[in-house]
Amino acid sequence: MSERLDVRKTYKLLVGGAFPRSESGRSYEVLDAKGRFLANAAQASRKDVRDAVVAARSAQRAWWSLTPYNRGQVLYRLAEMAEARAGELAEQVGRAEGTRAAEARAAVGRSIDRLVWYAGWCDKVAQVLGGQNPVAGPYFNFSVPVPSGVVGVLADQASSLEAFVDAVAAPLATGNAVVALASEARPIPAALIGEMSATSDLVPGALNVLTGRTGEVAPVLASHEDVDGLDLAGVDDGFAGELAALASETVTRVLRGADPQDRGLKRLRAFVETSTVWHTIGQ
Amino acid sequence: MEERPASTLSALEYDPAPESAAVARLRERYGLFIGGAFVEAADGATFETLNPATEEPLARVAQAGEADVAVAVAAARRAYDKVWGKTTGAQRSKYLFRIARLIQERSRELAVLESLDNGKPIRESRDLDVPLAAAYFFYYAGWADKLEHAGFGPDPRPLGVAGQIIPWNFPLLMAAWKLAPALAAGNTCVLKPAETTPLSALVLAEILQQAELPDGVVNVVTGDGSTGAALVASPVDKIAFTGSTEVGKVIQRRLAGRTTRLTLELGGKGANIVFDDAPIDEVVEGIVDGIFFNQGHVCCAGSRLLVQESAAEEVLHRLRRRVDQLRVGDPLDKNTDVGAINSAAQLEKIRELTAWGEREGATRYTSPCALPERGYWFAPTVFTDVAQTHRIAREEVFGPVLSVLTFRTPEEAVAKANNTTYGLACGVWSEKGSRTLWVAERLRAGVVWANTYNRFDPASPFGGVRESGFGREGGRHGLEAYLDV
Repeated sequence: MSERLDVRKTYKLLVGGAFPRSESGRSYEVLDAKGRFLANAAQASRKDVRDAVVAARSAQRAWWSLTPYNRGQVLYRLAEMAEARAGELAEQVGRAEGTRAAEARAAVGRSIDRLVWYAGWCDKVAQVLGGQNPVAGPYFNFSVPVPSGVVGVLADQASSLEAFVDAVAAPLATGNAVVALASEARPIPAALIGEMSATSDLVPGALNVLTGRTGEVAPVLASHEDVDGLDLAGVDDGFAGELAALASETVTRVLRGADPQDRGLKRLRAFVETSTVWHTIGQ
Repeated sequence: MEERPASTLSALEYDPAPESAAVARLRERYGLFIGGAFVEAADGATFETLNPATEEPLARVAQAGEADVAVAVAAARRAYDKVWGKTTGAQRSKYLFRIARLIQERSRELAVLESLDNGKPIRESRDLDVPLAAAYFFYYAGWADKLEHAGFGPDPRPLGVAGQIIPWNFPLLMAAWKLAPALAAGNTCVLKPAETTPLSALVLAEILQQAELPDGVVNVVTGDGSTGAALVASPVDKIAFTGSTEVGKVIQRRLAGRTTRLTLELGGKGANIVFDDAPIDEVVEGIVDGIFFNQGHVCCAGSRLLVQESAAEEVLHRLRRRVDQLRVGDPLDKNTDVGAINSAAQLEKIRELTAWGEREGATRYTSPCALPERGYWFAPTVFTDVAQTHRIAREEVFGPVLSVLTFRTPEEAVAKANNTTYGLACGVWSEKGSRTLWVAERLRAGVVWANTYNRFDPASPFGGVRESGFGREGGRHGLEAYLDV
């Protein structure tokens, strides 16, 4: 028999634009929805989290210094990359979530459309969330939404692609850098988005994707002094409370309970700061 | 034109022009305001509030315990469920307009009361605190029936009962900042004033009675930190806190895992950045406004002066001369520039940090002005030769104490300004608009004042980034803190 043996892929972390295995060298078994072996995913360590935050901090400045138009094009490019690999994404979503092929394809379609939606927001969010403030005096006063900085995302555990894309694309669209921890049991679709982002002209480090144990990684991310925002989508209420308490040590902004299907601006508003400038008017 | 020698100016004497304390209509006792009525604390506990300028007691005020806070929260809940939640936006709007007008009508009384209880100069309470308090109500009154146009979706809903904890530096104004947007958005409130400045909020409660605001829509529980802690622990839908970063973190931790919404307006260590092309007279006034306004009891105070090296000598020379002219003393005197430190505890904190400034090697200049014998006073003080590592450059002094650092390039100014865990406000002084905007873009701060400092307006969002807190007060943005969006 000469049936061709397929070439399988090793899934790695995305940190600072590079694809390391965990610096710890650890991996864990990822099973499909039916319990069959799917892959060995890299198991991120505390050190990987810290490396990712350092990369994100430095990338955030570069990402935010691009023009909003340019950021929009980069996110749109990511959608293009995802579209080209829609089949692969759908297969992995189907395996991870146990959904039928048509359902998985639909989820991929919605995820890509969501990326396009956020791509379009990059150069509009300042007008919608900001503006001139009519103060009672000779001042030109305006408010602009500026990024919180580095946002930690603990991605949804069930929705391996759609919720992940929503949670990372929103803070990216508003100029943040993201350190995202993929669904623990279903990390592959998120890892694929990480791979695609590396060929989308995204500033290296603006999006970092970790795979591993949520219980191990999440507290490190939540308590990190240089993390400005935290999305607790992928943890249960009890754990979310513990993580929010850790986040309070540095007044980190915490988002809980945003709906990935929502067409509102909750996620866009979650990790922006309104910066207001007063300037005197005179001759 | 030749400058007048300093001696001419310092020789200028002003006759005292005191406002009458009787205008404040002080009473001996003040109760809690719960369910539309003034009541004693359940256990009868009271505390004294002092005039910080004389250390004389002004009045005894009810100390709300856990039981009282529970009753107040229940009253607010009932008012929300039965009355306020069903009141139309247009009606809420008209109540708020009424309140604004009543504050204006009683503005002189409120201003004197505020200066008595807080120690701030009557000029500031009269010209800033009270008129702005009225302006915030007036501004948010107009929003109450327009919320669906505020950019938070077609059906923005109130949160429910809001617990609001405010500081002592702008007692009435902070009450207005908290109550006006909360009520406009349709919430009911339990307001907890600061322990050392409870009186103006209680007169505001009287005003709410005069406005016939339905019972329980606003409740005022006076007391110390334990009252605030009880409020945070109670079943409210929202906590809004203005105060220190230390306490803000504790509140954020206590609310972790609860669905209660939170906004925090915390401390700051604002940088006031002066470039060498800025008009020097305005700069000196701006520096003085930035740090000596309200005795420096301002979270957004420009407490770090960053001055370009090439201008430093001239700026500091003029600044010292200007500081010498500041009149420190009787808060009720209309000529007073700098009033009393709000409390003995705050005075002690300022003394401790300034002692550290000397210990760590900074050079201290303190105005030679005469200070009254009784009361809590601290003469305007400027530290030069300050390093970024010094405590006076890192910690919030919350007093009339300025730390001066220098820089050479815009990049260095931005790096030094951002070298803090805070991020509330900064100032930029330059005649070059492009540079000002370049700097403003890079400052990690919620507010940037360019060629001005310490300006506030109900239409302008105010609030911090990083450890200065989150959420905005003022403007359209300020509604978000009280809406379920």
